[in-house]
Amino acid sequence: MKVLVAVKRVVDYNVKVRVKADNSGVDLANVKMSMNPFCEIAVEEAVRLKEKGVATEIVVVTIGPATAQEQLRTALALGADRAVLVESADELNSLAVAKLLKAVVDKEQPQLVILGKQAIDSDNNQTGQMLAALSGYAQGTFASKVEVAGDSLKVTREIDGGLQTVALKLPAIVTTDLRLNEPRYASLPNIMKAKKKPLETFTPDALGVSTASTSKTLKVEAPAARSAGIKVKSVAELVEKLKNEAKVIQ
Amino acid sequence: MTILVIAEHENGAIAPATLNTVAAAAKIGGDIHVLVAGQGVGGVAETAAKIAGVAKVLVADNAAYAHQLPENVAPLVAELGKGYSHVLAPATSNGKNVLPRVAALLDVDQISEIISVESADTFKRPIYAGNAIATVQSSASVKVITVRATGFDAVAAEGGSAAVEAVSAAHDAGLSSFVGEELAKSDRPELTAAKIVVSGGRGMQNGDNFKHLYALADKLGAAVGASRAAVDAGFVPNDMQVGQTGKIVAPQLYIAVGISGAIQHLAGMKDSKVIVAINKDEEAPIFQVADYGLVADLFEAIPELEKLV
Repeated sequence: MKVLVAVKRVVDYNVKVRVKADNSGVDLANVKMSMNPFCEIAVEEAVRLKEKGVATEIVVVTIGPATAQEQLRTALALGADRAVLVESADELNSLAVAKLLKAVVDKEQPQLVILGKQAIDSDNNQTGQMLAALSGYAQGTFASKVEVAGDSLKVTREIDGGLQTVALKLPAIVTTDLRLNEPRYASLPNIMKAKKKPLETFTPDALGVSTASTSKTLKVEAPAARSAGIKVKSVAELVEKLKNEAKVIQ
Repeated sequence: MTILVIAEHENGAIAPATLNTVAAAAKIGGDIHVLVAGQGVGGVAETAAKIAGVAKVLVADNAAYAHQLPENVAPLVAELGKGYSHVLAPATSNGKNVLPRVAALLDVDQISEIISVESADTFKRPIYAGNAIATVQSSASVKVITVRATGFDAVAAEGGSAAVEAVSAAHDAGLSSFVGEELAKSDRPELTAAKIVVSGGRGMQNGDNFKHLYALADKLGAAVGASRAAVDAGFVPNDMQVGQTGKIVAPQLYIAVGISGAIQHLAGMKDSKVIVAINKDEEAPIFQVADYGLVADLFEAIPELEKLV
């Protein structure tokens, strides 16, 4: 079966972002960009499905600037067969991204779409669920285990109190959680090979999708800073402070 | 202006996060209705009717809504939601699962995990794992919003007397089914809901040493978390991870034990009310955010702390 994996280019998770002085956003100039960690897990899961003989073709897609080709090449080096870039210089909201992905789903007709559960920049946790709604597909969000059985998919999900397992009719949407797998690193020969794999580019207009939005960001601020407190000299002093000063234990 | 709040419930009881979500609705202003969807949820609806400030409870009692399958619940919420100015749900795993599906069906953006209400259409929410706070304005006809429980003080569970009204709409998409559930058997509270969290880092040296933290946690009624370093080293499973790629917590008291304080860990716990750091390295960055720092060998300090609390 064909698997579509959606990935996002985001600031590398090791970078401490800084808010711009004019409060218009965070400063991303000369900052290291990477594939969103949850998207790496999505690519890895697709590659494992192919290694098991379940997936026959892996198509990786991203919605983003021209530079997001780097993340597509990374996914190709990890084992995706071909790539689709929907080029948009504007930062799009999740609904617009989901609509663009729906257009790609319509073209590609995958049996399974795997996405990260959220991107570590906007922290929305929306796109997979929205794509499922627009496509009329079932959704297995926050997945920690995915098993394909005939025309159905068994997904074990991370929920607040533990794990939930659901059976979904294919085609379906899966979003990844941390425990699903541990992504591999791309080998140098595979990175070289990835350069020759096909990469198609579309614009939102060419896909006939409006990216209009019903929300806008008015400003972005740094969170209230936490100042260092005091050093206590002993466990006894710590307990005394927690009981009588902070009053957080009895 | 009327606001629909989606109740979170389990085993016949209203989950606490529902009360924080009603509090957010009260800040927006207007009448508050609560939707209880599920199977055999008459009792839950009666409990919901007592929540302070709630004007009406809608109850959709149908087998299709058991286990909150989003393929069935989202069309129900979208259908009902059309008549409201706002649809709010707690940002629990369930709310996060269902609500974006509702937003897409209504063709509006969702505003995720708000931590404050600035006005009826403007909200604050953390982005970049809390390293920045965005102020977002919605022009949607129905504003679809998830609420981070730690941002709002819960309303009283008692004191209201709302009318209860049955909703007959039954949506069974036939796309998904519930197979099973494996809930953590621990008597300790759930990490993101706990009032006290004790977390261990690489300084714990191995998984077995976490028993010292479990003993302390049990004495305090606390949940136990871990840094990514401790998870990557294989000491504990990934579902205990607190940080940008793990769980975001904001308890009353966070005790970081043997944790250096990498940015990605701080992102998951820096909104805690009081932070305690215990580390033998006095230069560790965790001390820069800790209210109370103790430079000590954790293997001596933790047993002593357990005795004294």
